[in-house]
Amino acid sequence: MEKRYISKEGLSRWFKALLAGGKRVYAPVRNNDKVDFKPVRSLDEVADDYVQTTQSAKSTVFPRAEVLFSYQKENGITTLNDFDPATVPETVVWKIHPCDAVGFIPLSQIFNEGYEDILYKTHLEKTTLVSFSCSHADSFCFCTSVQGGPGETTGSDIQLTSLPDGGALVEILTPKGEALVQLSAESFEAPKEDEDKAQYLADVPIYFQLDEIRNKLKDAFNSDIWKKQSERCLGCGACAFVCPTCACFDIQENPKGSQGQRIRCWDSCGFSLFTQHTSGHNPRAVQSQRWRQRILHKFSYMPDRINIFGCTGCGRCSRACPVDMNIREHLTSLVK
Amino acid sequence: MNKIAEKAVALLQEGHTLVLGYEEGDRAPRPFFCRQAEEAQHLVLDERCTANLAVYLTKPELMGKGRVAVFAITSSLRAIAQLTAENQLQLENLTILTLTAEQEIKTFATLEEIRSYLSEVPYELSDTEKALDEKLSAMTREERWKYWINEFSRCIKCYACRAACPMCYCTRCITEVNRPQWISPWPSPLPNMEWQINRVMHLVGRCIGCGACGRACPVGIPVDYLSKKMLQDLSEEFGYVPGQAMQDGNALSTFKPDDKENFIH
Amino acid sequence: MEKPNIYLPYLMKIAKITEEAPGVKTFQLHFQDPEAEKAFTFKAGQFGEYSDFGEGESTFCIASSPTRKGYIECTFRAAGRVTSGLASLEEGQTMGFRGPFGNTFPMDEWKGKNLVFVAGGIALPPMRCVICNALDTRENFKDITIVYGAKSVDDLVYKDELKEWGERPDVNLVATVDPGGETPDWKGEIGFVPTVLEKAAPSPENTIAIVCGPPIMIKFTFPVLEKLGFKDENIYTTLENRMKCGVGKCGRCNVGKLYVCKDGPVFTKAQLRDIPAEEY
Repeated sequence: MEKRYISKEGLSRWFKALLAGGKRVYAPVRNNDKVDFKPVRSLDEVADDYVQTTQSAKSTVFPRAEVLFSYQKENGITTLNDFDPATVPETVVWKIHPCDAVGFIPLSQIFNEGYEDILYKTHLEKTTLVSFSCSHADSFCFCTSVQGGPGETTGSDIQLTSLPDGGALVEILTPKGEALVQLSAESFEAPKEDEDKAQYLADVPIYFQLDEIRNKLKDAFNSDIWKKQSERCLGCGACAFVCPTCACFDIQENPKGSQGQRIRCWDSCGFSLFTQHTSGHNPRAVQSQRWRQRILHKFSYMPDRINIFGCTGCGRCSRACPVDMNIREHLTSLVK
Repeated sequence: MNKIAEKAVALLQEGHTLVLGYEEGDRAPRPFFCRQAEEAQHLVLDERCTANLAVYLTKPELMGKGRVAVFAITSSLRAIAQLTAENQLQLENLTILTLTAEQEIKTFATLEEIRSYLSEVPYELSDTEKALDEKLSAMTREERWKYWINEFSRCIKCYACRAACPMCYCTRCITEVNRPQWISPWPSPLPNMEWQINRVMHLVGRCIGCGACGRACPVGIPVDYLSKKMLQDLSEEFGYVPGQAMQDGNALSTFKPDDKENFIH
Repeated sequence: MEKPNIYLPYLMKIAKITEEAPGVKTFQLHFQDPEAEKAFTFKAGQFGEYSDFGEGESTFCIASSPTRKGYIECTFRAAGRVTSGLASLEEGQTMGFRGPFGNTFPMDEWKGKNLVFVAGGIALPPMRCVICNALDTRENFKDITIVYGAKSVDDLVYKDELKEWGERPDVNLVATVDPGGETPDWKGEIGFVPTVLEKAAPSPENTIAIVCGPPIMIKFTFPVLEKLGFKDENIYTTLENRMKCGVGKCGRCNVGKLYVCKDGPVFTKAQLRDIPAEEY
């Protein structure tokens, strides 16, 4: 890892260089009281003075809807047109939080485990993550309880820590990050030895011990806590869709006459139809079973299977939930 | 304990298996299922309570078999009245309570009592809603189309709008029909708009204007505006008041041979 | 043949359609690409995702045996959007196939043992693969017993094969129909599969039991096998969860820490003890 310093002017020059190279730059943009990732053309468009974006940045590597392949049927002959990796643009995700960058890791594990998912792999290869450490947090954040933190660098290609002078401390973490820096190398100065990143980080209290949660969940399948916790859950997909690590998807057909596309789109284990068989039999017929699946999958099944937790403590699910299903609160009450 | 909590304890002692109300939440009070007397102390009921609890009344796995009491705010009362009119609720199994403007707990025994109470409470748009209405009404058709396509490009098809709506109780929603696939399963601006248009049309004469859908939307699309605009039209054309009985039957599902047809050219 | 895009199907020509029972068809499929055909291998128990382009994909086992080269077969009931679409296709038309996915019946471990197959209704297809495989390598196994039943005579699938198996001296076939499902000339048993199995009373000694059927049949068959003395490690079954991707990513078939499409669909009864029963 290499440390640097970049001034306010340097940042502006570097940002222009990113755009000039033809890269697609996604950054948080404000829309009334919501902030979300959008393609931007200048640094002015980037929002500040917010704690967290509504949605994660996972749509850059795992789009909301993606064409897997297309088909044509003509004169009794069917032809398939495969996904073309060359159509995926180079992308920079600017100013994500450490919890989001970390979120790409469980996502990648899921898509790389066993069979390799070439669509995901292509998107990830062409995406560089520029995270900014967090100087603010709110009561929904709990990154420090899930092995993360406001200055965690795992998963980022570059991490910036904003300074009062408008510049930033820079940590170049991967070759991809280095390549991005090289687009405007002169904008980067020698590191400031007297600056300590830690003093600029938000204070995020630890609310629970992850090991305790995992141990508790081993025997919790038949507990009646799931019913109690999920009573007010409406069964919408908001929590799964805003989550940086939720990767469940649906595969659907988009026919248009004699041609069409096969499309992959986001899905949620919280929807009532997720596990329903064609016969009508549904192993998870009531919401308490689906809520249990969400928690067990992220905090018990995933660590057992691929050694990684399915939560980064970003708090988005809790903020997005129409009925205030606060995951930090639910987890803490599990071990109370 | 506040008087709501005291009342809840009494209701539970009287044999109710569930008292549905609100408890403190992170940003605003949230729905709370009080099943034991010890939990009653968490109950609150004031102007910060906005979630429409009526959405839970049509879920048998939550309501169970016993008698249920619900602390209803005005919009929930409207929803309960409409659900009862649609034969979705048996009022004999429900104890419906509200907190009047004078901070008194009032209990309703019949649909007529609910409607009578509601007729004294005007249905009005909030100031922000009026501002949005003015802004959109001042636009041309093309500008309005662009506005909504832009809004719906943000929709992620999470269906929080549908999940929060007390009137969306269909056990098999149109989104779950795949022969034919009426509603596109994946998000895309025009199909997202089609979904909302469909929802508004399914809510004609049924929507009670609680705004739960708009509040539920995680990306902040004002979807409730569409139904509220529809309510305005219904009010002008059919004299519809949310929660009250319609004079000549439900607007979209009642047909009479002498209906006006002057819109057919 | 490894396909770079795991979601891209092979193009398959429907070579032969057999009407098995009301609403149930068997398709014999040939790979359109001869290179793909040459390179394709699979083992008994594996499944595929079958496409009707324009409707979508559906999950069925590969019902033919890997010992029979040059084609694969699938059997399905027209029940939903995709299967109804497939059912309307004709011989000569094209559909898609992704696979083979899932784990396999460990037939190598079963060499020298007796095999008891128990199946009901439309659940014979996953078993047919392994039955044919076993019969094609008959010398590897000792006694083979097949207990198979359906609601009525009409609902029995693979009627030709059943006749063939019944006529073999080295196979003990016990076919049954539910009470009321018999025809006047029905010569087989009359009774539910678990009852008929109990009557047939195969010995658990050096025997592997393979059970496939609707959840209700399994629920009543397992206790019979237990009663007969079969150990949980020697009872095999297949789970059928809703699947989409078939490759352990979309999350639909995740039960406990297993993905039915990757760690299954073949499980022993012993392995099922670790999976919450209400989730499949």
